[in-house]
Amino acid sequence: MSDEPLVLGIETSCDETGIGIVRGHTLLADAIASSVDQHARFGGVVPEVASRAHLEAIVPTMQRALDEARVSLADIDAIAVTAGPGLAGALLVGVAAAKGYALAADKPIYGVNHLAAHVAVDTLEHGPLPEPAIAMLVSGGHSSLLLVDDLTAGVTPLGATIDDAAGEAFDKVARLLGMGFPGGPVIDRAAREGDPAAIAFPRGLTAPKDLAKHRFDFSFSGLKTAVARWVEARERDGEPVPVADVAASFQEAVCDVLTAKALDACREHGVETLIIGGGVAANSRLRLKAEERAAKLGVRVRVPRPQLCTDNGAMVAALGSHLVAAGVVPSRLDLPVDSAMGLTSVAVAG
Amino acid sequence: MLVLAVDTATPAVTAALAEVGDDGLRGVAERRTIDPRAHGELLAPQIRAVLQDAGRSPADLGAIVAGLGPGPFTGLRVGLATAAAMAQVLGIPAYGICSLDGLGRAAGPGRVLVATDARRREVYYAVYQDGVRITDPAVAKPAEMSDISVQRAVGEGALKYDFGVPIDDRVLYPSGEALIALAVDKIRAGAPADALTPLYLRRPDAVASTERKHVLQ
Ligand SMILES: [Zn+2]
Repeated sequence: MSDEPLVLGIETSCDETGIGIVRGHTLLADAIASSVDQHARFGGVVPEVASRAHLEAIVPTMQRALDEARVSLADIDAIAVTAGPGLAGALLVGVAAAKGYALAADKPIYGVNHLAAHVAVDTLEHGPLPEPAIAMLVSGGHSSLLLVDDLTAGVTPLGATIDDAAGEAFDKVARLLGMGFPGGPVIDRAAREGDPAAIAFPRGLTAPKDLAKHRFDFSFSGLKTAVARWVEARERDGEPVPVADVAASFQEAVCDVLTAKALDACREHGVETLIIGGGVAANSRLRLKAEERAAKLGVRVRVPRPQLCTDNGAMVAALGSHLVAAGVVPSRLDLPVDSAMGLTSVAVAG
Repeated sequence: MLVLAVDTATPAVTAALAEVGDDGLRGVAERRTIDPRAHGELLAPQIRAVLQDAGRSPADLGAIVAGLGPGPFTGLRVGLATAAAMAQVLGIPAYGICSLDGLGRAAGPGRVLVATDARRREVYYAVYQDGVRITDPAVAKPAEMSDISVQRAVGEGALKYDFGVPIDDRVLYPSGEALIALAVDKIRAGAPADALTPLYLRRPDAVASTERKHVLQ
């Protein structure tokens, strides 16, 4: 057995109760309970419903993780927990439980940043992170470009969406096309039968005047509106809507902008590694297009497998493991949650 | 047996220790901080502090008693999540007690209203006869409560609203020792642990978050 640290991670920032256990960079357990079904009829996550579900799920999910990893809480070297950003009431359940575990088992606790954890999780699959790297996090909650100089010290945000998140755009277009929720997988599937060049949908914040101010920012709201207008015009004219072509052309517009800006960031900062995380990283066209464009620049693309891209406890444990290895001082037992936590520090200072 | 009590159902964050023996219950240490906005920050350090006050460690605990509310949800869940996690690590049972009962027991003889602040101009309340609850915990606007015909009122909800009866302002927040006393039969019997399910009494406000959604697969 290795003497690398055994680290537990707890994630409750949205609607997934996740508990992961890692030893060094090796994933031992990744247990998840989701309240997503309870939110579907509201068209989005209801914070109070999510918080109630976290409280119910935390103890049994912990037990599943411990069983899967075949360890006990007494064996754990450190506990990491998402302290932000996220839904305040949901974060508080995970942090309160983490403090109970840390206090009773007499272990150090690290309150960590959820976005940095999305980056750290890739080390479980692809090994140590070459630094600096560019990370692109794309999900229903965020669309960010980050410069990662040192994952344990701080991450520099380069840009983010100024309106909808990329994943949100997929959801809204899927609803428009009557394809169900969540939108990512259904659009990905439909797009395979369509022509990505059939319809020229707009690429947000790519015109020269926008680039001056928003070089690494994204905007998907105009694209969503353009798709809606195009579909409505066809329907008004009594013509059939070529769903596959719409899906493929919309997806192409999103992936074009995301990959162009991500690789522009790599070029600008002389970076040779691009990490893509978040639920949208599972999109097949995004991965392919990123790899094509990266190859021309000599940039390597790293994308964790889909279960590790969406929210989970393993990513929090992975970041915790980095912090322990780097000798970062643990957080204190009175650590607060911060629903709008920035990236200047990846852990709550001890 | 050393027993820990926690309660976060009111603006008070409470942690207490008592020694439960065959013949009685002896309070060992109790700490309370009044701050409705900082339950998440205050509770765990306060549990550590009462253990230090008593010169004991978490491994010495034989059971945990947690106040189940009713109370404002966000703070209430802090106490229950912490208690459940500690019990899991230590392999000891956790028992849930209605937080209003902790006040009712301390309120003494006669017919007494226990009321705590439920925000939104409402109170969580129940009626007690000689320290024993005789109505189910409920939530209501003070003006819309059914006829409660009590002699006294206790709890910080009674300070905030006028119920037309004298207020005993020595009894404003649930006492940890009282919660342990209420669970003492279960503790002595080594009863199976309770599910620490909060007494919410209200349905969730089903409005989807406009903050982060973060669910796209
Ligand atoms: Zn996330």
